[in-house]
Amino acid sequence: MESPPPSSQPLVELSGISKHFGEGAARVDALHGVAMTISAGEVVGLLGPSGSGKSTLLNVIACIVEPSEGRMLLDGEAVFDGRWLRRDLRRLRLEKIGFVFQTHNLLPFLDATDNVALAMTLTGEGLDAARRRAWELLDYLQVGHRRYAMPAQLSGGEAQRVAIARALANRPRIILADEPTAALDSVRAGIVMDLLSRLAREQQAAIVTVTHDEKIMDRLDRIFRLRDGRLNA
Amino acid sequence: MNLAFREIRHKLGRFVLTCIGLSLLLGVVVTMAGIYRGQTADALALVRSIGADAWVVEAETHGPFAEASRIPGDTREMIARINGVLAAGSITIQTIQADHGSRRLRLQVVGFEPGRPGGPARIATGREITRGHYELIADVQTGLTPGETLRLGRRTFTVVGLTRGSVTLSGDSIVYTTLRDAQELQFEVSAPASRREVARGAQHTATDIINAVILRISPNVPVDSVADDVRRWKHLSVLTQAEQETILTTTVIERARRQLGLFMGVLTLVSAVIIALIVYTLTMDKLREIATLKLIGAPDRTIIGLIVQQALMMGVIGFVFGASLVFAAKDWFPRRVVLEPTDLVTLFGIVVIVCLLASSLGVRLAMRVEPGRALVG
Repeated sequence: MESPPPSSQPLVELSGISKHFGEGAARVDALHGVAMTISAGEVVGLLGPSGSGKSTLLNVIACIVEPSEGRMLLDGEAVFDGRWLRRDLRRLRLEKIGFVFQTHNLLPFLDATDNVALAMTLTGEGLDAARRRAWELLDYLQVGHRRYAMPAQLSGGEAQRVAIARALANRPRIILADEPTAALDSVRAGIVMDLLSRLAREQQAAIVTVTHDEKIMDRLDRIFRLRDGRLNA
Repeated sequence: MNLAFREIRHKLGRFVLTCIGLSLLLGVVVTMAGIYRGQTADALALVRSIGADAWVVEAETHGPFAEASRIPGDTREMIARINGVLAAGSITIQTIQADHGSRRLRLQVVGFEPGRPGGPARIATGREITRGHYELIADVQTGLTPGETLRLGRRTFTVVGLTRGSVTLSGDSIVYTTLRDAQELQFEVSAPASRREVARGAQHTATDIINAVILRISPNVPVDSVADDVRRWKHLSVLTQAEQETILTTTVIERARRQLGLFMGVLTLVSAVIIALIVYTLTMDKLREIATLKLIGAPDRTIIGLIVQQALMMGVIGFVFGASLVFAAKDWFPRRVVLEPTDLVTLFGIVVIVCLLASSLGVRLAMRVEPGRALVG
């Protein structure tokens, strides 16, 4: 089945985002006037050398780090305009943002199903319904046969797919991926990126991935390059 | 989904070992409370088993337990004639050491008049003293059995019966003999000593001395009225049963009780510190999971619940297991351990509060974890 193309509906809109740490002589400017728009169905990459501000930018979009100035809209909702406009940022993350980590970060004491279902139960969904949807997601990501496996029993690729299933659990519009292929070989890295691209198109989500991995560049729709906290398109 | 329970199940071995350690510690706290109560029970065992309404003792003393009391042996006959006295019995009390096989027994010998107040309340095994001399009833704690003999002073006694729970306030076992035998044990000097006394012209030492007279008083006559009558003899004093119990619990064993209480308090504090350290360490071990939970949007109550529930489970399981252990082993302790339900409920409440306070340390640590920590590779 042909996936729908990226739409023009912006899910992430940043304008004039700056972030500095410390004051006076100790001040470090991590981001300078960053502006970007990412639409539904897009997979974009944040590239740059170490210390260029990639992680800070990802943390800003994740509403973990408060920008020093600028304006940010997520899924059409203004969440920052010189200050946070929402108090319940954790709830915002729960409903709108999915996370894929460099290492899978699955909770070691829950099996694959419950790692995925947990995110849904946090929104108030019943455990049985959450587990049923977790199974659907695991099947969709082709790890349904490992639904009762504990994270320690999963291979790297399987664990990363379970982590992607968890990221998708609450049907987020934005998925933030921090070096999602760093711990995988080139074959598995390709599979994971193809999967993220397919998800972006099928679920009309925006995927922002921080990466250094040259072998996945061709799978990105756009690349944002950061240097010294400034964006070079 | 109960995360606390799931994590415990995942690391069951470590949790069980932690609970075992904690249960031993809380078991010691429960034991201290039991010994504290046991000391009171031991102190009151004899005075309560005698079932007196009043104790006639030497004037200006609080005898016969808190102070020495010596009164003439014919006091009982005088007292028994007072209006309202249903029964009166003379007793002597003396601590003695006796060898039994390879063991050295520390005993309190109570001399009483069979058929009168002052003897054992109930015989568990064997029979009452029926012969005039050289029979004794011992507490089962002595390890003696009916038919065995025991050398006390210069006489050999035969054990004819056993009681249960007859101990002194210091935990020594009580044995009962006839008053006459006990007086001989306590007051009769050896033949060479007697000859020496006679040679230096001294009179024979009187042996008809007793330590107290036990009174049972008619319910229709106030104890105070009988006490007033007794006090007319200037060489006598009267203590009611309540006064005797107060003297024993607030004076005689007060310092030991306070020391036990202090020790119990210190142990509870040590337990609190250990629980806090365990909870803190358990929290330290899962900072990344906590960061992940925060990042994916878990509310604080989920994270707090994870820590507090684990602390409570640890405390409750540790307490229940520790208390059960003490309950099962309490008869093996050298001193009496009395586990009162109210004490157990109070200690359980304290453990719950300690767990809640201790978990606050872990909760504080968890609340400070930045969700961004989950993104660090």
